[in-house]
Amino acid sequence: MKSVVVVFPGSNREKDMADAIERTSGMRPTLLWHKDTEIGKPDLIVLPGGFSYGDYLRCGAIAAHSPVMKEVIRLAKGGTPLLAVCNGFQMLVETRLVPGALLRNTSLKFICKSVQLRLDGTSSTFTSKMKKGDVITVPVAHGEGNYVVDADTLKALNDNDQVAFRYLENINGATDNIAGVYNETKTILGMMPHPEDATDETLGNASASPFFEGIASVLR
Amino acid sequence: MLLVCFVVKHFYKTDTMAQAAQKLPETFKEPAVSEKLAGEFGLKPDEYKHILNILKREPTYTELGIFSVMWSEHCSYKSSRHWLAKLPTKAPWVIQGPGEGAGVIDIGDGQAAVFKMESHNHPSYIEPYQGAATGVGGILRDVFTMGARPIANINALRFGDPSHPKTRQLIAGVVKGIGDYGNAVGVPTVGGETNFHAAYNGNILVNAMTVGVADTDKIFYSRGASVGQPVVYVGSKTGRDGIHGATMSSAEFTEGDEDQRPTVQVGDPFTEKLLLEACLELMKTDCIVSLQDMGAAGLTSSSVEIAAKGEIGLVMDLDKVPMRESGMVPYEIMLSESQERMLVILKPGKEAEAFKIFDKWDLDYATIGHTVERRYLTLNMYGRTWCDIPVPPLVDESPKYVRPTAAQPKPATLNPQHTALPAGGLVEALKKIIACPDVASKKWIYEQYDPIVRGETRYGPAQADAAVVRLDGKQKALVITSDCTPRYVQANPREGAKQAVAESWRNITATGGKPLAITNNLNFGNPEKPEIMGQFAESIEGMREACLALDYPVVSGNVSLYNETNGKAILPTPVIGGVGLIDDARKTVGLAYKEGDTLLLIGGATTHLGQSLFAREIHGTEAGDVPPVDLKHEKQTGDAVRTLIEAGLVSACHDISDGGVLTAIAEMALAANIGAKLDGPEIAAFWFGEDQGRYVVATSTPEKITAPHITLGKVGGTALMGVEIKTLRDLHEGWLPNYMAGKN
Repeated sequence: MKSVVVVFPGSNREKDMADAIERTSGMRPTLLWHKDTEIGKPDLIVLPGGFSYGDYLRCGAIAAHSPVMKEVIRLAKGGTPLLAVCNGFQMLVETRLVPGALLRNTSLKFICKSVQLRLDGTSSTFTSKMKKGDVITVPVAHGEGNYVVDADTLKALNDNDQVAFRYLENINGATDNIAGVYNETKTILGMMPHPEDATDETLGNASASPFFEGIASVLR
Repeated sequence: MLLVCFVVKHFYKTDTMAQAAQKLPETFKEPAVSEKLAGEFGLKPDEYKHILNILKREPTYTELGIFSVMWSEHCSYKSSRHWLAKLPTKAPWVIQGPGEGAGVIDIGDGQAAVFKMESHNHPSYIEPYQGAATGVGGILRDVFTMGARPIANINALRFGDPSHPKTRQLIAGVVKGIGDYGNAVGVPTVGGETNFHAAYNGNILVNAMTVGVADTDKIFYSRGASVGQPVVYVGSKTGRDGIHGATMSSAEFTEGDEDQRPTVQVGDPFTEKLLLEACLELMKTDCIVSLQDMGAAGLTSSSVEIAAKGEIGLVMDLDKVPMRESGMVPYEIMLSESQERMLVILKPGKEAEAFKIFDKWDLDYATIGHTVERRYLTLNMYGRTWCDIPVPPLVDESPKYVRPTAAQPKPATLNPQHTALPAGGLVEALKKIIACPDVASKKWIYEQYDPIVRGETRYGPAQADAAVVRLDGKQKALVITSDCTPRYVQANPREGAKQAVAESWRNITATGGKPLAITNNLNFGNPEKPEIMGQFAESIEGMREACLALDYPVVSGNVSLYNETNGKAILPTPVIGGVGLIDDARKTVGLAYKEGDTLLLIGGATTHLGQSLFAREIHGTEAGDVPPVDLKHEKQTGDAVRTLIEAGLVSACHDISDGGVLTAIAEMALAANIGAKLDGPEIAAFWFGEDQGRYVVATSTPEKITAPHITLGKVGGTALMGVEIKTLRDLHEGWLPNYMAGKN
């Protein structure tokens, strides 16, 4: 699997992501600096977590207009699988590749802790080694993870099985406990929690390894 | 408006970094210098006279400003230097002891751990959010300036009594400041400690520690500059923030000092992250001679340090300094403590290569001067010279005081009535102690920190006695902790400081790690008072004894004096930041014991309750002497416990400290979410005594434990001493969130 993790100024989970992909697929992703607009033809593009541009305007808003994003959007619209986690998810909603917006947590505080996620939307590139209803324990680390959509969009997301993950306990105020969503064709997944930080038995949690193994087995 | 400028800067950056020439405001005239003005700058009459002797003339306003910050307590350590020299700083694994930005120790395989702890007490009291945030920023820079990638942050916080009207707001601001900064830079905050005491009502303590990892052959120092090299400025632009911050940190507070808010710096973690990555990238090239971050006293201390250590002089054209505001004058530029700035001495001819990296990371930079043979700090701006002072006396002849000391009064004897169990017995005492502010869960705090970013954290907050963070690509891990029990140091400075070192050593040992070295952050009151200086001197002696006995040298540190408000001093708080090593993270143990384990007490029983939390929380007394530290016993017991862990015989381990054996077991029960059945005498001292050098060890194979021990009980069920774990959890985890919500 040829994968690319795009690094923006202020990204800080590219290492976690690259380690997780390498650990589960055996192949280390390329880290691509956001000013390099030549992506090539990867099997998977990842937008990692962090605080791109310091999150100073609106989380992910500036990165969404970074030079590399034109090509990312073009490839993703053409069907190249795109995984966007945390700050990556915030960029994703800014690009409108998935619907919705991410507001401040209702507690108004940054939250970092392990949470339980239930897989709801299956049959995607990302979930071949998981079953509907599987519960994984994965850390969250965000201040703006409160996913919001209007009622019509929510209905559409549910009707099309586009809600990938839900929190068992609503930690941030997200509509309908939504932790991660797909685009209509399920080739793009945006999620707030960090599965990349739950792939190492030595650190006490490999709950999300099947998630990455599933991606690797499809895109191999 | 600010945001718009920001976006424009990052997307439409011009090719040249040169700024339009600034003009000196026509009305500007440097104020006249006098002994009185020197006094306002914190210089004593004798110190001012000495400046006149050095210069053989009156200093200019700019020069006086430079002398005053370099000779402030904060920068010169004038009251503490004499005593600090007594601390043991050497061991075969020490690469760099005190004197550089941070200490450096060898951790094998060509790698080094680089670490230091530093206080940001005064700014955090005045403006908790920015004060704490910039404290984290400053210590991060101290570490990455030396070529190390920061892999962990820890913080040690002391707040006033929870009932004090300012405490809640200070906690909220400090915690958010630490979290927002560390989280954004992407360095995990893996642990820390938080205490409360009325002695901190007017003067909280915010001590932040960073641990980084570097290759031993790629460590960068502030020394090494020679003549004819360019002096390069990189990082944030200089503004008027933080002017005279070092001087403020060297004075007592009086009421109304909240007005000093303009002397607090403002942090920008995003620029810090860019600066971090740019520096580490630049360090892989062959461009750098030396570098120094602009911390306390900003451009002054960084340039003077590089000049002093290189035995050279610097000529700087301050017109070229990237500036945030117009009309700035040399005094302001030299004393500004704007954050996220670095001074780099480059090899001649390497400018283009370095600037390409700064451009990649969108950082401001400029060549602002060059090194010269004449050992003077010469500052030019607006077409004239504003400062021309000899560097060696500025550094070497800074004042040094051996201040008078007075012995600490002995604490009152503990009344035997205050060793009795309360009406509800052990259970009632336990319930009270695990919910008291010092012991209650700090989850409300650490859930606002990201302890796992970088993906190498084996144990973060409240999971083990120390944090365990793996080295990239290896199973080897660093073990990190911060410790101090200020009430012990207050009661008996020598034993209390000894205890802080011993507890640090013990906490690392309890995870299976081998303790290697410490950094210390010595927070005390006004050193001009003999009783405070006495506390300081005694603490140094205690620390020295413990460091020598445990082979645990001091490699870096920071002294924060004048922690007083309206003449009332804080508890003496010498915080110890410890670093250890374990060769395989999979062998470390945490607090969570397993079903069926047997619980053993290793290190002996106790009959002592002086200065215990039990006496304070149950009987409301802070009387009695501290539990003494028998360093020989400490080492023997610790080495034995570590051997058991290495042999794989231990499933969980917890050192015994605040609240004694029963509190330790309760914390293990909460971590595991399993109860335990315990046996032992119905005596307060046995369960709540805080005698040192002791551990609770959980094992599934008690028959194999040959070290002397007392069997305490067996793990299982949903209750501890008949109290449901859920009840204990509600008590333990409920206090802080309820308090922050204003409910108690």
